[in-house]
Amino acid sequence: MIEILRAGPLATVQDLGRPGWRDRGLSLCGALDEFALQAGNLLVGNAPGAAGLEFTLGAATLRFHADTCIAVTGADANASLDGHPLRPWWRQRVRAGQTLKLAAPRERMRSYVAMAGGLDLLPTLGSLSTDLKGGFGGLDGRALRDGDRLPLNPTPALPARAVGIRPPDWTPAVRVLPGPEHEDFTAAAREAFWASDWTVTPQSNRMGYRLAGPVLERERGEELASHGVLPGVIQVPPSGQPIVLLADAQTTGGYPKIAVVIRADLWKLGQLRLGARLRFVPCTRDEAVAALREQRMLLDQMRIALCMST
Amino acid sequence: MSELSVHPLGETALCCTLPAPLSLEQQQRVWQLAAGLANVDGVQELIPGMNNLTLVFDPLRTEPAALEAAALALWVKPPRRQQLGRLVEIPVIYDGPDLGDVASHCGLSIDEVLRRHTAGDYVVYFIGFQPGFAYLGGLDESLHTPRRSEPRVAVPRGSVGIGGAQTGIYPLVTPGGWQLIGRTSLALFDPQAEPPTLLAPGDRVRFVATTE
Repeated sequence: MIEILRAGPLATVQDLGRPGWRDRGLSLCGALDEFALQAGNLLVGNAPGAAGLEFTLGAATLRFHADTCIAVTGADANASLDGHPLRPWWRQRVRAGQTLKLAAPRERMRSYVAMAGGLDLLPTLGSLSTDLKGGFGGLDGRALRDGDRLPLNPTPALPARAVGIRPPDWTPAVRVLPGPEHEDFTAAAREAFWASDWTVTPQSNRMGYRLAGPVLERERGEELASHGVLPGVIQVPPSGQPIVLLADAQTTGGYPKIAVVIRADLWKLGQLRLGARLRFVPCTRDEAVAALREQRMLLDQMRIALCMST
Repeated sequence: MSELSVHPLGETALCCTLPAPLSLEQQQRVWQLAAGLANVDGVQELIPGMNNLTLVFDPLRTEPAALEAAALALWVKPPRRQQLGRLVEIPVIYDGPDLGDVASHCGLSIDEVLRRHTAGDYVVYFIGFQPGFAYLGGLDESLHTPRRSEPRVAVPRGSVGIGGAQTGIYPLVTPGGWQLIGRTSLALFDPQAEPPTLLAPGDRVRFVATTE
């Protein structure tokens, strides 16, 4: 069992989300930095999509009530175990009674704690991800609170050798493809979209980031019929200030879509802080698919290398 | 027959848009297209919208050209006749914060907005936006009202609203851009229930004005 002594600003149970129910209006949810969660799981010998804990801006304390093996990935929160510094993106043995502390990361937004064996919780509609707005999944469908206790699955044979992964480089720039309504925007709006620094406003959450920057105007102003949307879609409401959809986003929307963040760069969005600056970089469909292939290959290579190291 | 237009939404999805105008017959074709594409290799999810269908796929397993061809092949087949679903009555207290704005936009009294909204015979076109949120066809044209220019950060659970040519009920607290005209106490979504949503595509809906 793990006891959450301090949950920090926003801590949730997340796996890779709840696909397959979007025609019923259920959001995908899942870790905002999927790469970090999967890497953490691989380090502790789990399936890459096992559920772990997502912490926002650190400031969290956990006590372990059983021997296990953990990995802290994502934002480097200067993690420490009973006061001894822990290497980020490394596997670590933990003894019953030890306390893990996450401090505030200097950069990036979300840190992940993966535990060998995973959490012993009941999936809802096929996933352990917390759906915060739906109020289901994870632990009682809500963010973790101080004092919560999470049961752990029995730990399999613990991987013994200390081993780590080099974290991927993160920059506040994401590659995007033009959206279906890209050409409906004025030439000035399109230019401003690519050329500007966009600020993540405080009115942002796991559903999406509301951005502030130049007002993006459309040439054609008619309303669109509601249509399916996905994490990564950048929609522009009549205020002209774009919204980038994230994992908890609604399944359909009605605002024009100026661009779509490529799948391989979604994790970078998840690591953006409120108040941070963001830039959009144009790319092609082929580049987007190649980037996704490369990312999956990297995870595969990690899995193979880690299997061989135990 | 008019063309089905298919365009990419990022590298992992395609959006199929049916020719205008929107109609119940057309929407039945959206449901049929979704059913026909469900077993195509590489398709992960099918999200019906209003007069459109979004296909989510794994770009490392499928070429979008193959999916587009599959969609177009289904589109040229003659449509099947479909029955409408059951009738669901939704009790509504008409006291929403935007009721006055809707009335003045439509040039009607508040009583007349109520009368026309409850007189409607609605059909669930699709479920989307949030769990169990039914997009209903059949809103009286005189009640069409554009969405708010700035979406609300928190719309209360059970709110009944109008967004453009559509009307519907918010099953959960959420940000949203529709004009709110009333609320219902009926649960539209329950993750522990089977099925988890009260309404399904094809169901017929009536709003009944109530005071409690």
